[in-house]
Amino acid sequence: MTIVTILYLGLAAYAAFFMIYNFVKSKKWEEEALYVIVLIPFLLRIFGLK
Amino acid sequence: MSSTIDRTVIARKLIIAAIGLVLLVSSGVSFYRSRHLKEPVVLGPGVTGVSRLGDYFADIKGSVNDSNIYFLDSKQPGATILVLGGSHPEEPAGRIVPWMLVENAVMTKGRLIVALSTNRSATTSTRPSGAYPPDFSIPTAWGEQTFRMGDRWSNPLDQWPDPEVYIHYPSGQYLAYVDIRNVNRTWPGRPNGTLTEKTAYAFMRLIEQEHVDIVVDLHEAELQYPVISTIVTHQRGRDLAAMVSMTLTDLDGFKIGCEFSPKNLHGLSHREIGDFSPAISLLFETPEPFLDATRGKTTTEQLLTGKDEFVVKAGQHGLLYEKIDEKGWPIAVRVGRHTSSVAQVMQTWTEDHPDEPIEALNIPRYREVIQHGVGYYLRDPSKGPAARVVYE
Repeated sequence: MTIVTILYLGLAAYAAFFMIYNFVKSKKWEEEALYVIVLIPFLLRIFGLK
Repeated sequence: MSSTIDRTVIARKLIIAAIGLVLLVSSGVSFYRSRHLKEPVVLGPGVTGVSRLGDYFADIKGSVNDSNIYFLDSKQPGATILVLGGSHPEEPAGRIVPWMLVENAVMTKGRLIVALSTNRSATTSTRPSGAYPPDFSIPTAWGEQTFRMGDRWSNPLDQWPDPEVYIHYPSGQYLAYVDIRNVNRTWPGRPNGTLTEKTAYAFMRLIEQEHVDIVVDLHEAELQYPVISTIVTHQRGRDLAAMVSMTLTDLDGFKIGCEFSPKNLHGLSHREIGDFSPAISLLFETPEPFLDATRGKTTTEQLLTGKDEFVVKAGQHGLLYEKIDEKGWPIAVRVGRHTSSVAQVMQTWTEDHPDEPIEALNIPRYREVIQHGVGYYLRDPSKGPAARVVYE
């Protein structure tokens, strides 16, 4: 695994963390649904699935 | 009152999170299964050995592209032909034909080397936003054989990131960024390059060490692409390709053209293998409407029947480089074109080089494949001895 790939996965994890944080803090269900949908591809990449 | 609201909000978040989890797990399982689908290969009576690509270049060993290399050796003097399948796995005829060779062909003179997954990484993912099926199945008398759908490019999980511009080695030509993951844009490869470049480099070492005389790279093309239903040949293969083209058109009853590899278009097998090795390099293209941008629904049925009303419509507007009607381009027609082409390359070569023959039995011609269907030539892995079944 190259350093660039490790940095990329770190970046994806960083973005995923804030999406989860925003999901928890959000008061609107539309935003919560949006955060969850956007989060999925980030998690799939972090888990090495897609 | 406040605690009631809190509980409502928490319940809502839990429901949304649960829905997200279901989507994550279902898609994740689908992607995992597709990436790890085991494709059985029953070694036919003609297979005399199976090695790995990594045997020719240590950096590939143990990687996703350390694919099987099949040897069908007649033990009789003659030339050596290498058939590359799966350079672009989303072109299934180019992958099924080598499968049929490994499971059926018997060499009587010379030697045949076959790769079913030239870029194995590319077999493990599908095109983002392409709505491709994860796999497809060919019906047989014993059931179905399922193949990974694959893509044109190496899986980004195996090679990432892509550069802004891909600079081909060693020509220095600028190519589309994504083609740094396209094995048919990375020939002749680079030993310290990306996975895809290393894969091409390993195949060049194979060609060199096994003294390959002819390389045949099997592809399919969208009907909106001008390089279709043709043989693309390195200039050293022009006589062979021209004669194969004429013979197939005359005897097998399907039209196939012949064109020269452009000298200034780099990274392609028909250019670089010929330039960087003594081997003659030929690339065969057959029509695949599944790849057309104007296609309708992207389904397994469309992939295998080659029927698509939208592509037909594009043809009516003069937008295509190949004919299509309501009969489509069934997989048996596309596979049959390739099997006949491989057989004809051997036959024509042998006629021109009687002292270095390549002769084989059990390679079906075009009409036979259409008559019997593709599944007829795929063997049942449950019936083969375990030692004669390997996986791609």
